Amino acid sequence: MSKGNITRFENVGLRYGLGPEVLRDVTFSLDQGSFHFLVGESGAGKSSLLKLMYLALKPSRGLISLFGCDIATTPRPELPALRRQIGVVFQEFRLLEHLSTFDNVALPLRVAGIREQDVTRHVTELLEWVGLKDHMKSRPPTLSGGQQQRVSIARAVIARPRLLLADEPTGNVDDRMALRLMHLFEELNRLGTTIVVATHNMALVDSLGHPVMRLDAGAMSVVAGSGNKSAAREWRESRESAAAQARARRGRIREDNDETDADPPGIENFL
Amino acid sequence: MLGVKRSDLPLDQDAHSRFLPWLIAFMVFLAVLAIGGILALNATAARWDQGVGGTLTVQIAATEDARADQNNLQEVLNVIAAQSGIERYTVIDEDRMMALLSPWLGESAKAGDLPLPKLIDVGLADEAQFDLKAFTRALQLRVPEASVDDHRVWLQRLVKLIRTVQLIALSILFFIALATVGTVVFTTRTGLAVHKEAIEVLHLIGAQDSYIAGQFAGRAMMLGLKGGLIGIVLGLPALLAVGYLAESLQDAALPELAFGIGEWALFAAIPISVAALATTTARRTVLRSLARML
Repeated sequence: MSKGNITRFENVGLRYGLGPEVLRDVTFSLDQGSFHFLVGESGAGKSSLLKLMYLALKPSRGLISLFGCDIATTPRPELPALRRQIGVVFQEFRLLEHLSTFDNVALPLRVAGIREQDVTRHVTELLEWVGLKDHMKSRPPTLSGGQQQRVSIARAVIARPRLLLADEPTGNVDDRMALRLMHLFEELNRLGTTIVVATHNMALVDSLGHPVMRLDAGAMSVVAGSGNKSAAREWRESRESAAAQARARRGRIREDNDETDADPPGIENFL
Repeated sequence: MLGVKRSDLPLDQDAHSRFLPWLIAFMVFLAVLAIGGILALNATAARWDQGVGGTLTVQIAATEDARADQNNLQEVLNVIAAQSGIERYTVIDEDRMMALLSPWLGESAKAGDLPLPKLIDVGLADEAQFDLKAFTRALQLRVPEASVDDHRVWLQRLVKLIRTVQLIALSILFFIALATVGTVVFTTRTGLAVHKEAIEVLHLIGAQDSYIAGQFAGRAMMLGLKGGLIGIVLGLPALLAVGYLAESLQDAALPELAFGIGEWALFAAIPISVAALATTTARRTVLRSLARML
């Protein structure tokens, strides 16, 4: 596979209605197979940027290209094919509450018209891997926050997307599970998936050391390319106190009843 | 396909769509009555046309002089015999005449009490080729008392009346269809609003519009079919009851409810067409709504 652009933003601006621009002159591109963290204070436009990337929003101005297609000129009927190559871990999970864990994770495969027997096999293997084998028939409302998060991650990766976008994917799990989910992402990344993880968890950013994109009041001020980790570190240091606060905040809500599962089989089994 | 059997949206749990089959049943009930009426009137119009078409009546007004009347009759019969295109003709005798008049005059009235006109029932060989104007002119030239009544004016008015009633029934059918479409649109829109979140997720996961629309369409088809069947089960007995009542009146002018295979097939097609209408409406409503999403 050639190392082309997965997505490219050029002078992208976004405003909701007649309000102020929430994103201003955002310009960057992501290479195939890259892994980026997206950081910035809440309200800086992280979620908006991700929404633009997973085609939930149209930019007010500027150019967005995805897998080599200009979003503005791609005919609407061709967009679902692009969306199927993107996996999204939504901040609020957005699981379908009337569907079981299994059906939720199976959704991207079914939407793509995969044969039901293949769906069953893939979904079962992945749920086993994320430690939800015993909850396949449970509905999301009966699951803990951390379990729901894992379902949502499983749904995002089940179709082996070319681009994985995760909005605070570790907000509801303990550090151990967070690290494990990140390893899942890294495994996917190793197999060619381009990954963007929006997070507040600076410890995670530190421990993995991937390049960091930083949003500050709607402007992308730092884009640390691969190998250029100093910019990220610099920014990290400057935000140390803020991060500590955020950690403290999360610490209070981290009464997560995540069971500690026995180590599941390797990810290669299902990929 | 799979989408029909397994739904990603919990549409079957929607409280707001539970009333839909009953509304559709009501519409179908009305449609059955309207269609029954149209068919019955069709049969009546055809029957009248067959009974009266191709005939005309020559009437000779009675004068004071009985012998002149007799002469007039002979003259008229001569003209009729000379006219081409006439298949048969009969002079209606006085007994039959009295029988026809008895509803107005009573049983006690006897022939000779009143000056009765002479009536001749004429059957035409071919209505299209018969020159009514020339015939009338020839007749009145010889016998000024004679006049020709070809029933057509009378029949045309009746047929016009029937067609008007049928037109009204048809427009009722049209409005029934319109109301059904409106109901389905309303229900579907409510469903779209209720499941907005789930639809958005499906959309972002890469579902084609048709995939989402198919789920709504499948649900609408089931509801439409259910409503259509309830409607026909209630409507047909009602229609037959009306037909039975009309028959018991034994009035020849009343429409007859005797349906052939074609008519029954038409009734059987009602629930299917209603289901198809609901399906198409739901699909189009969803597609139009989804088109607003990126």
